[in-house]
Amino acid sequence: MNEKKNIPAGKRLSELVRNNTVPIMFIIICAVFIPMAGFSPSYLLNEIVTRMGRNLFLVLCLLFPIMAGMGLNFAMTLGAMGAEIAVILVADWQIWGIPGVVLAMILSIPFSALLGFICGTLQNMAKGREMITSYIINFFINGWYQLIVLYVMGSIIPILHSSIMLPRGYGIRNTVSLLNMRQCLDDLLAIRVAGVKIPVFTFILVALLCLFIVWFRRTKLGQDMRAVGQDLEVAKAAGINVDRTRIISVVMSTVCAGFGMVIYLQNIGNLPTYSGHSQIGMFCIAALLVGGASVEKAGIGNAFLGVILFHLMFIVAPGAGKFITGDSMVGEYFRVFLSYGVITVALIMYEAKKRMVKSKAGRELAEAQVKKEDA
Amino acid sequence: MGKTERTVTLAKSRLTWMAEEFGLPRIIIAGLLLLLFILTPVVGVDLPTQITNIINRFSWNAVLVLAMVPMIHSGCGLNFGLPLAIICGLLGGTLSIELGFTGPLSFVMAALIATPFAVLLGGGYGLLLNRIKGGEMMIATYVGFSVMSFFCMMWLLLPYSSPTMVYGLSGNGLRPTISLDGFYNQVLAGFLHIKIGNIEIPTGSLLVFALLAFLMWAFLHTKTGTAMTAVGSNATFARAAGINVNRVRMLSVIMSTWLGAMGILMYQQGFGFIQLYNAPNNLTLPTVSAILIGGASVNKASIPHVIIGTILFQGIVTMTPTVMNSAIHMDMSEVIRIIVSQGIILYALTRKTEGAK
Repeated sequence: MNEKKNIPAGKRLSELVRNNTVPIMFIIICAVFIPMAGFSPSYLLNEIVTRMGRNLFLVLCLLFPIMAGMGLNFAMTLGAMGAEIAVILVADWQIWGIPGVVLAMILSIPFSALLGFICGTLQNMAKGREMITSYIINFFINGWYQLIVLYVMGSIIPILHSSIMLPRGYGIRNTVSLLNMRQCLDDLLAIRVAGVKIPVFTFILVALLCLFIVWFRRTKLGQDMRAVGQDLEVAKAAGINVDRTRIISVVMSTVCAGFGMVIYLQNIGNLPTYSGHSQIGMFCIAALLVGGASVEKAGIGNAFLGVILFHLMFIVAPGAGKFITGDSMVGEYFRVFLSYGVITVALIMYEAKKRMVKSKAGRELAEAQVKKEDA
Repeated sequence: MGKTERTVTLAKSRLTWMAEEFGLPRIIIAGLLLLLFILTPVVGVDLPTQITNIINRFSWNAVLVLAMVPMIHSGCGLNFGLPLAIICGLLGGTLSIELGFTGPLSFVMAALIATPFAVLLGGGYGLLLNRIKGGEMMIATYVGFSVMSFFCMMWLLLPYSSPTMVYGLSGNGLRPTISLDGFYNQVLAGFLHIKIGNIEIPTGSLLVFALLAFLMWAFLHTKTGTAMTAVGSNATFARAAGINVNRVRMLSVIMSTWLGAMGILMYQQGFGFIQLYNAPNNLTLPTVSAILIGGASVNKASIPHVIIGTILFQGIVTMTPTVMNSAIHMDMSEVIRIIVSQGIILYALTRKTEGAK
């Protein structure tokens, strides 16, 4: 603490800027784009609050695998798929409103947990390339998801209501209407402040997850997880069951992603059966990284800041693109480019740093050896 | 008793050895393809048409799959950054049309124009991959995405004006699909085109692939090629042997990018259309899984892997829809293709390989 105080203010500021390059860049982008897009402040505020309620839970679920040193969990989509299956079943049983949402959440747990277990096991088989493995798992399980939803549902799993079924007699329609479930969590305890609707109950759920994360970090399991994240070998030597801990972190992430997806879907009000989950992973990861997180370190604050900045950019980019080039498509491509770009930069920074640390350790070892030989 | 037991275990170990040697996924996929071939006459699908389709699709995709080889050899892993290479090819193709070339000349010009882009972008890509050794595959994926989405904007903003390519109404911005009629549609496939009964063979395309594959094979047997293999199998050892690891890796990335650019031009001349915007992404994972089905692993690949893999993968792709549709009247081919191809990639990633860092 004392050391920090002695550093001059200018140096501290430059360090602050260097450590938070991505959020600062996004603040600048948003600051430039907002006037160009020409939206009213109340509209923007409303959108941001809605999107925070919709996405925060999903983004927070990424924190567990980062804690365990497994990097960005591209396979959080698995939880979303588990939740979608649960939501389809609940919609078919015509259980609407709050009971429907609660049932969908409970029902999603076994699906997400099973998928998370598979994912964790596969990632343990591919140590050192967890991220690319999780990225491919996501496509692999998507194939199985399509198999189940498109062919098994209605032919083997009974679907009672033809309204959600394809006309051919099996398989689920491209969109399942969740109109009777729409925003039922958001409307619970919702308050309006100056025309901005605040979904208090959804925020309470998010706050509960935050509290859980803070508490979890202090438990034995949470400490183990962080130890595994620091160094696999040291953790193993300390008697921690590394593989089990890593699987638990992935399962927790997918189960939370399942809950998050149910919250997301009740806010949207319909389920795009085959495309609903495809972009979720990418957008959540980009949002977390925009908030200043890195591949090995992320906190709750990053999630909040990231969701605000990323979605602000997302809302204003098409309008700004139209203002600059006269074509709103350019803005849409620009925001996709920024989301991919921020993930790319974060990954590059992570790998470069990892290599630097490794080579530094190697150099120190060599120097120590030279000293020893000299002596 | 003991003897028979020993024979059984011996046979078993030989069987597992064969499975290891030939690769379990390759056996499964080959079996599946064989089953589809046997089913073809039973369900009443025309076999020669199917074979023509497979040969055709082989000629479209083989060069793209070949583009995977150099990077696997130098230890850069599977080239998930294929969209970057494809963008170079797309630039070559669109610029060649924009500059007014037609017919076979437009193909030659497209290849010529694509080359400097491939060297330049590939060089930058190689420079980047050299700084992040060990994490190539994930970063390659996202470099591919970033470049692709950047060029999504560029296709709209670059001052293209050829009326065959731009949107008719506004007059600027390239269309998502551009027909190659009158340009290089079928220029190679039509060269020395052979027709035996109902089977058609695009000889020209196959010859070009054979030439490129031969050059690749020959290169891998030169001094630089051997150095590349050495870097891929053990970088520390290679450095000790005096090989400039970074330069060799950079060369492999540039070669991969150039072959990818040529690959997409080959694909376009067979397919007959240039596809822009998000289309490059659709080719990455099929290409990666094709070479893996052929028996390659994350750090080992050869020309036979390319040929076998492309035939098996394209065989599955072309056969499943028709055969399954006529057999059970249920088109599950798309889903099966996703599961098979992604499953193969997962298998390769989760296998314990000696070279894994």
